[in-house]
Amino acid sequence: MSQKAHDIFFRSNAPVTVDEDKCIAHKGCTVCVDVCPMDLLAINPETQKAYMQYDECWYCMPCETDCPTGAVKVEIPYLLR
Amino acid sequence: MSFEQFKNIEQEYDIVVVGGGTAGPMAAIKAKERNPNLRVLLLDKANVKRCGAISMGMDGLNNAVIPGHATPEQYTREITIANDGIVNQATVYAYAKHSFTTIEQLDRWGVKFEKDGTGDYAVKKVHHMGSYVLPMPQGHDVKKVLYRQLKRAKVAITNRIVSTRLLTDASGAIAGVLGFDCRTGDFHIIRAKAVVLSCGAAGRLGLPASGYLMGTYENPTNAGDGYAMAYHAGAELANLECFQINPLIKDYNGPACAYVTGPLGGYTANNKGDRFIECDYWSGQMMWEFYQELQGGNGPVFLKLDHLAEETIQTIEHILHSNERPSRGQFHANRGTDYRKKMIEMHISEIGFCSGHSASGVWVNERAETSVPGLYSAGDMAAVPHNYMLGAFTYGWFAGTNAADYVAERELQPVDQQQITKEKQRVYAPLLRETGLPPNQVEYKLRRFVNDYLQPPKVTKKMEIALERFSQIEQDLEQIKANNPHELMRAMEVSVIRDCAEMAARASLFRQESRWGLYHYRVDFPERDDQNWFCHCHLKKDEQGRMVSFKKAVEPYIVPLPSHEKDAYHNLRLKASNG
Repeated sequence: MSQKAHDIFFRSNAPVTVDEDKCIAHKGCTVCVDVCPMDLLAINPETQKAYMQYDECWYCMPCETDCPTGAVKVEIPYLLR
Repeated sequence: MSFEQFKNIEQEYDIVVVGGGTAGPMAAIKAKERNPNLRVLLLDKANVKRCGAISMGMDGLNNAVIPGHATPEQYTREITIANDGIVNQATVYAYAKHSFTTIEQLDRWGVKFEKDGTGDYAVKKVHHMGSYVLPMPQGHDVKKVLYRQLKRAKVAITNRIVSTRLLTDASGAIAGVLGFDCRTGDFHIIRAKAVVLSCGAAGRLGLPASGYLMGTYENPTNAGDGYAMAYHAGAELANLECFQINPLIKDYNGPACAYVTGPLGGYTANNKGDRFIECDYWSGQMMWEFYQELQGGNGPVFLKLDHLAEETIQTIEHILHSNERPSRGQFHANRGTDYRKKMIEMHISEIGFCSGHSASGVWVNERAETSVPGLYSAGDMAAVPHNYMLGAFTYGWFAGTNAADYVAERELQPVDQQQITKEKQRVYAPLLRETGLPPNQVEYKLRRFVNDYLQPPKVTKKMEIALERFSQIEQDLEQIKANNPHELMRAMEVSVIRDCAEMAARASLFRQESRWGLYHYRVDFPERDDQNWFCHCHLKKDEQGRMVSFKKAVEPYIVPLPSHEKDAYHNLRLKASNG
């Protein structure tokens, strides 16, 4: 019998949030996904809206600044807030 | 499953520039300017539009040598003294002589600098001796300006490629770059006649005091990739023990920006609101005094602005909350820190390598050549002390021009399939493993050890333990499991951080004296020892694959130092500070 380790997934509070009413990713926009230096944002294939996929945020702001519709908001990660 | 299932994408270029932040774009543009027929590729693991240390712009030049305000000779003297004499003056002087040309180029491209009523550059004094600070209150669009020039110069750009190793030919010269796409996982084999490494600082070496992995001073994409790639290609690295340690806003871990606030009347103060240092320019000696104040009962240390006039504070808020680290305003608002009423609490950063701020980097000469033929380096990772953003642009310029000349008479070298197979196996192992350690936990533990054992004051016994721990982490690397190409990028970064950690420990153990204030304070050798250690210390991978350190003589000075100035940076503490 070999031991089997099941992955445990840690919860995290996403510092980057997207207002889905304003987000125009469904029209092909990928600006926030493109500019994130850490490559943390993605388009949800089901909703066709942008979201934060990985919690490795440097709170650097290009995603919020460059979003053409003002849909993206960056909070300082809780551990530093 | 085998590594062979991952697609190979093969390309050929004359010059590949790795790192699209500050120095990289300049290198690529200047290579094309030198010879428009060259095929030049700019690679980045993020997106060139918004990557690197100046992703959100920069609020000023820290080392502008502008006629009428400073001379190249004066600047070279100041940096020599600030760096305790251990500089190859030829590199600093080459920068200083070209500094104004670089400013004029950036100005023509549309980067806005502060000018006075007569149209002259509004230079400020922040350094101990001379005046070299030129504010850029509109500096938030530097990256846009660079991007426009990259397009105009027809530089090819590939984003989201994590470069992992350099290819070398039978003679040891550069033959290309290997890497992978952090989204698709494809393997990239890019043959090149010359490579410019401009990958930024090693900014994920120490763990920030907050414990948050990515709460680093540096853009966390700058994990030290360039240092590791140069090392494994056989390049020499210089004075790595001269760590980067910066005075920062506590927890936020961004610069407090005394360079911006100083000329407007702000200053670094202790818990009584008193000044304790004469000069806020970052140096090892300044950090030493900062550390003494933090530890000595007068801490915390603060940036003091609450005595300034309302309109001055508004100016400061406008500059600091729109440039470089613009989330700073939100951070202060969350904690109720109003510059008008409260001093801003500061702390010292985690350790890192960065020649932009200290002197730790891949060795280069005044032509931006490393010790490996065909390999050039510029920016924070290239060992030209205190080079900052303008030095990155300037050495990027040198690297691009000189690489263009080098490749003119050179053919692509045959690639060594063994190097490619070996690297492909190494890179994909974490993806192919069934189960294993998560990359972020290995990274956390590694960087906690860096703090525990390498953070100055440096203790011999602690650094020896560090080497044992880092070799255990090397075994842990063989157990990392990545679930996707994004996690694979993190896994590869952990290996880079581990290499840098070992370099930091070995370089620090080698130099048996104390120098550069806090950056290399060794408890077991507390004095500066010019008789034995007035030299560069270099580190490289030898023929047997061992990490070795050795001394290199300091090159004869081009600009002599007057004896009354030599110790200027050892007298930074205010004589009357507590009286």
